[in-house]
Amino acid sequence: MGKLNSKIPEGPLATKWTKYKASVKLVNPANKKKLEIIVIGTGLSGAGASSALGELGYSVKTFCYQDSPRRAHSVAAQGGINAAKNYQNDGDSTFRLFYDMIKGGDFRAREANVYRAAEVSNEVIDHYTALGVPFARDYGGTLDTRSFGGVQVSRTFYSKGQTGQQCLLGAYSSLNRQIKKGNVTMFPRREMLDIVLIDGKARGIIVRNLLTGEIERHSAHAVVLATGGYGTIYYLSTLAVNSNASAAWKAHKKGALFANPSFIQIHPTCVPQLNEFQAKLTLMSESLRNDGRVWVPKTKGDIRPANEIPEEERDYFLERRYPTFGNLVPRDVASRAAKERCDAGFGIGETGLAVNLDFRDSIKKQGKDIIESKYGNLFDMYKTITGIDSYIEPMRIYPAGHYTMGGLWVDYELMTTIPGLYAIGEANFSDHGANRLGAASLMQTSGDGYFILPNTISNYLADEIRVPKISTDKPEFEETEKAVLERLNKFISIKGKQTAASFHKRLGKIMWDYCGMVRNEEGLKKALVLIKELKDEFWRDLNVPGEFSELNQELEKAGRVADYFELSELLVNDALDRKESCGAHFREEYQTADGEALRNDEEFAYVAAWEYAGEGKPHILHKEELTFNEVEMKVRSYK
Amino acid sequence: MKLTLKIWRQKNARAKGNFETYKMDNVSPKMAFLEMLDALNKRLVEEDKDPVAFDHDCREGICGACGMYINGHPHGPIPAITTCHLSMRYFKEGETIWVEPWRAKSFPVIKDLIVDRTAFDKIQIAGGFISVNTGAAPEANSILIQKKKSDDAFDSAICIGCGACVAACKNASAMLFVSAKITQFALLPQGRIEAKERVRAMVEKMDEVGFGNCSNTGACEAECPKQIKLISIARLNREFYKAF
Ligand SMILES: Cc1cc2nc3c(=O)[nH]c(=O)nc-3n(C[C@H](O)[C@H](O)[C@H](O)COP(=O)(O)OP(=O)(O)OC[C@H]3O[C@@H](n4cnc5c(N)ncnc54)[C@H](O)[C@@H]3O)c2cc1C
Ligand code: SF4
Ligand code: FES
Repeated sequence: MGKLNSKIPEGPLATKWTKYKASVKLVNPANKKKLEIIVIGTGLSGAGASSALGELGYSVKTFCYQDSPRRAHSVAAQGGINAAKNYQNDGDSTFRLFYDMIKGGDFRAREANVYRAAEVSNEVIDHYTALGVPFARDYGGTLDTRSFGGVQVSRTFYSKGQTGQQCLLGAYSSLNRQIKKGNVTMFPRREMLDIVLIDGKARGIIVRNLLTGEIERHSAHAVVLATGGYGTIYYLSTLAVNSNASAAWKAHKKGALFANPSFIQIHPTCVPQLNEFQAKLTLMSESLRNDGRVWVPKTKGDIRPANEIPEEERDYFLERRYPTFGNLVPRDVASRAAKERCDAGFGIGETGLAVNLDFRDSIKKQGKDIIESKYGNLFDMYKTITGIDSYIEPMRIYPAGHYTMGGLWVDYELMTTIPGLYAIGEANFSDHGANRLGAASLMQTSGDGYFILPNTISNYLADEIRVPKISTDKPEFEETEKAVLERLNKFISIKGKQTAASFHKRLGKIMWDYCGMVRNEEGLKKALVLIKELKDEFWRDLNVPGEFSELNQELEKAGRVADYFELSELLVNDALDRKESCGAHFREEYQTADGEALRNDEEFAYVAAWEYAGEGKPHILHKEELTFNEVEMKVRSYK
Repeated sequence: MKLTLKIWRQKNARAKGNFETYKMDNVSPKMAFLEMLDALNKRLVEEDKDPVAFDHDCREGICGACGMYINGHPHGPIPAITTCHLSMRYFKEGETIWVEPWRAKSFPVIKDLIVDRTAFDKIQIAGGFISVNTGAAPEANSILIQKKKSDDAFDSAICIGCGACVAACKNASAMLFVSAKITQFALLPQGRIEAKERVRAMVEKMDEVGFGNCSNTGACEAECPKQIKLISIARLNREFYKAF
């Protein structure tokens, strides 16, 4: 397993990061300017990293496919961002936050990375506050917090239901400051289509200018992928519809191992599908479960309007099954419980694929004003989409694909298995194990970008200071560009009948049905056959009108869907390999008598890191064994 | 529902555009407006025709990518929402719907309904930030801010940078957009320190990239999907005069 050296520093958990920083190689300020770094992505991780690296004096080139960095998908995060400030005096600490994440992740994450994420969380809040992010405040002028699914302390900082937007606009502003100073050059509307390796090191990228179709070459001493998650593999998900896995997948095919691809979080509270052309499922923030109660009728097929169903005929199934955590159980648990009720025939609405999220009791107790001040914009959004006023009637919700814990394998320094290639934010696998806790992603992506990567990258770059600016005329750039062009031409020359989106939708349905909230061997094997058939059909019958040398949105989609076909196969194989249930990965064959996930620590306490072995060849599995020194591996119980 | 769409088609920035007519059958009132355009595009691609290009991403009213005139209104006829949140339930059987890109000198058309809004980024780059380096921030609760002030700052900070305010304005003014950022930072102690430099730099850039002047018509406020208030323009003006 020579491939996997996680480079975890020696010493006690609580001092690893401090000691690492004290001993890491540094780059002298005069040399920083000469070192170029490419950052792909302008979400919290990418914008944060670009800003911090720019502040340090590196020459940064930053890319995104949106027209402006301010639109990266992080903007859509709603509920909040965690930090171990213990402002509520409720017993919070770095260790408790770390422990909650390890437990929430069902003991499938790396202790050292998770501890560090918890450790830098406080600095993240300080930084955003200084940048002018208007987090919610209490009357005395201090910052307010709320509690979020899966934990018993109140550590989530928030800006109404728009925390991601506010944090991202903060990160965008710090990025802008560096652009103004000339430390960062911004390249919007560019899509990275491949990565260029020279002597085994990441040295550049090939991008397509999405406005002109031009293919561009960019070189650097190191490349950072901050390209987000791949939840849109289900087609319908809570992610921005253009989110995709292509950058990570291209890196994977060039040698970066892909870890735990099948760990995908399904979010319990989303607006259910309303029509067949639906493009996305809107998330209703989990924070709503603080004051909303989840229920279905006790009688099958009860079609009375929710408000006419008396109290004793309602089944508050989360409170019933999990008396300690009630409506605040973690997402995977809540999602499966809702699916269980709907599969058993108790679901509501036309499709039977929905449950109630009811605010009646909270409004009675706290008053409409308080509920409005906490969730006003979410109630408005729900009404805009569905036409329903949830101050009067309960919301209808159903689970949807939401977050990918899996991603590129990285070591403690956030470097992938390709030297000089880093992965940060949702694009890596490192901190959430088999399930992510609410508000822990904004915390991790921001920590990765602002505080961790800028420290670890110098350890690599310190040895690169003698490498002059890398010419993009090198044969490696030539060859990679040629391969990119061939592929683009291939899409255009199929000249079939069907759209990329229609293939994506069908692929998504296969993944949702067989590799979604619950999985089993038979279904997973069937999925592999179906994916293969659909993939062949894609390469036979796709139609991409127009040329590649112009703005061509169908071509963009085709490339992303083509990569999703390949990733899907890996994802299903990963789910097949993991013969246990843990976190979001629920294999029907492995459950307790009362339907809870049954982990198998003896055999599966590892990170599954997959190596690409070439077209048509099976992936090679590398295992990073997980050891837990600071916590005891327990059955995750929320009862 | 059956509908007729009149959509602005323009091959590229240099080409002359025109309205094309598309007939839509089977539009469900539960569809979102952009999902209806997706359905049209599916049909066009299946007929090997060029689909209608438009910007979009989050489809939940927060990224600011989407935006077009629908029946003459930026983001359509329903107030306080983005195009992606516009539901087809607001349209009538048999209706003809006119769809056009933002029209403003500073937002040139790129293709069909896509315009170039980088002028907005340029204004933010000029001064839309607080100068603090990573690691240099004080402990968060050492900055106390009145809840009311902080909430008001938030109400301005929610601008999504969509450009509807510019599109709605007969002078193509970007004052509402700029005032939103200025107001957010003006209300916060962190933002006061650079207040003068910021407002000068942003206003100067706004003029330089060619946005028009504000004549207090209020069309921007009426069309803003995030209900940014016109009084922030008054604050912008005050901040600007104070800055010299
Ligand atoms: C609806 C929703 C609500 C959420 N709410 C919360 C919450 O309340 N709290 C929380 O902690 N987490 C939340 N999350 C999760 C969190 O928002 C994300 O995990 C996080 O924002 C990801 O940030 P990122 O920086 O990794 O990537 P993203 O923000 O996804 O950014 C990806 C960037 O990469 C660029 N990119 C990708 N591929 C390419 C390419 N090939 N070429 C060029 N550029 C590319 C994109 O342009 C974009 O700039 C939520 C997620 C969703 C979907
Ligand atoms: S002020 Fe309103 S209309 Fe203008 S860009 Fe911001 S959100 Fe859009
Ligand atoms: S698509 Fe994001 S605001 Fe409309």
